[in-house]
Amino acid sequence: MSVELSGLRVPLASFALEIDAVLAGRVTAIFGASGAGKTTLLEAIAGLRRLEAGAVCVDETVVADVAAGVFVPAEQRAIGYVPQEGALFPHFSVRGNLRFGFEAERQYPAGLTYEHVVEVLELSALTERRVGTLSGGEKQRVALGRALLAGPRLLLLDEPLAGLDAALRERLLPYLARVRDEFAIPMLYVTHSPDEVMALCDDVLVLERGRAIARGKPAELFRESERPRYELRGD
Amino acid sequence: MSAEAWQITWFTIGVATLSTAAILPPGVALGWLLARRDWPGKSLIETLVALPLVIPPVATGLILLKLFGRRGPLGGWLERTFGWEIVFTWKAVVVATAVMSFPLLVRTARVAFEGVNPRLEQVARTLGAGPWRVFATITLPLAARGLVAGAVLAFARALGEFGATVMVAGFIPGQTVTLSLAIYQFVQLGHDGEAMVLLAISVAIAFAAVWVSEYFVRRRPA
Repeated sequence: MSVELSGLRVPLASFALEIDAVLAGRVTAIFGASGAGKTTLLEAIAGLRRLEAGAVCVDETVVADVAAGVFVPAEQRAIGYVPQEGALFPHFSVRGNLRFGFEAERQYPAGLTYEHVVEVLELSALTERRVGTLSGGEKQRVALGRALLAGPRLLLLDEPLAGLDAALRERLLPYLARVRDEFAIPMLYVTHSPDEVMALCDDVLVLERGRAIARGKPAELFRESERPRYELRGD
Repeated sequence: MSAEAWQITWFTIGVATLSTAAILPPGVALGWLLARRDWPGKSLIETLVALPLVIPPVATGLILLKLFGRRGPLGGWLERTFGWEIVFTWKAVVVATAVMSFPLLVRTARVAFEGVNPRLEQVARTLGAGPWRVFATITLPLAARGLVAGAVLAFARALGEFGATVMVAGFIPGQTVTLSLAIYQFVQLGHDGEAMVLLAISVAIAFAAVWVSEYFVRRRPA
């Protein structure tokens, strides 16, 4: 499984996102400061944003190629996307959210069943609840479960822990690790936290102002319990 | 209440219902297009749709009279193609009320759609839902309260429409006379008693419409 970004270019307000990279890790961190273009990169891969130039290949399938005029719409890409705020559907129950992309008849990867996802993310006590009554951490677990149950071949997580306090982040990290280990769905994990990179990821792409400025293993880029070698710089 | 008052009441409710039903699909579609898409001519269409709000209703009525008259471009075509006569019939009342209430519906629908977080629609697409399923299961339910409010507003505007209606449909008892036209006519003729009855009916219908819309607007989504 790999994500190939060749000559990808997406214009942003004050600069352009320009990436050439092959991402093949189990969990690849997209690391960088706010406004570096991390979310835009996820949107381009998910099919929510048009490229100005270049191509995106997922699992050797071209999902977007400007030169060849290829643009596979988001609903046909089977790429799961969990935005920062979770974006649960407020008019559905938790169960309604979980079942939105789930089709019982479809062939899912081994181990990916409704019951198993509910069990791994410990959602069984929540399924009848209304979305508005959930805490921040519960919302993120439901959003993760909803994305998994659509049977994605790639999962894009946009700072899933960013809106939570430190204690909640500590409690949610193990869920993310369990998802990584149980379902074998490759993930791109956007974050600006070196701790999360160290805990979850096996590959890191560092973005700054729309460009990949570094690439490597987490241990090579961040030495544990020290300041990251790459300082975060905003705009 | 006299048979005439009943006839006028039901005719008015019928016309307002028909005109609201007729503008609902195009009004909701246009509201969505204005809220969610950029297209050439967008601001021109926006302005054209808003015109009936700012032009005097009588002037709008005159435009409709010229358009839908037998020798008008639309009226001539409708008569030749379908054998429909529009002006000075009940159909003209529907046309006038529809045109006058359309901007209110479109504006309310636009605001309702703009209030739906686009992220929810994007996420629905990544979960495998095509554009129609996203619209039917995410956009429409989340905008529903605003759309109901817009429909009620359009219905209420249609109930009270006077100026455009009188120009394009005239006062034809039993055929084109709505509550507003009848109240005006009764007062002109010095029949204040009849006018007061119709006034009470108008207030009752308006009260019911506002009450129903409040019910929908306040109800929390399930």
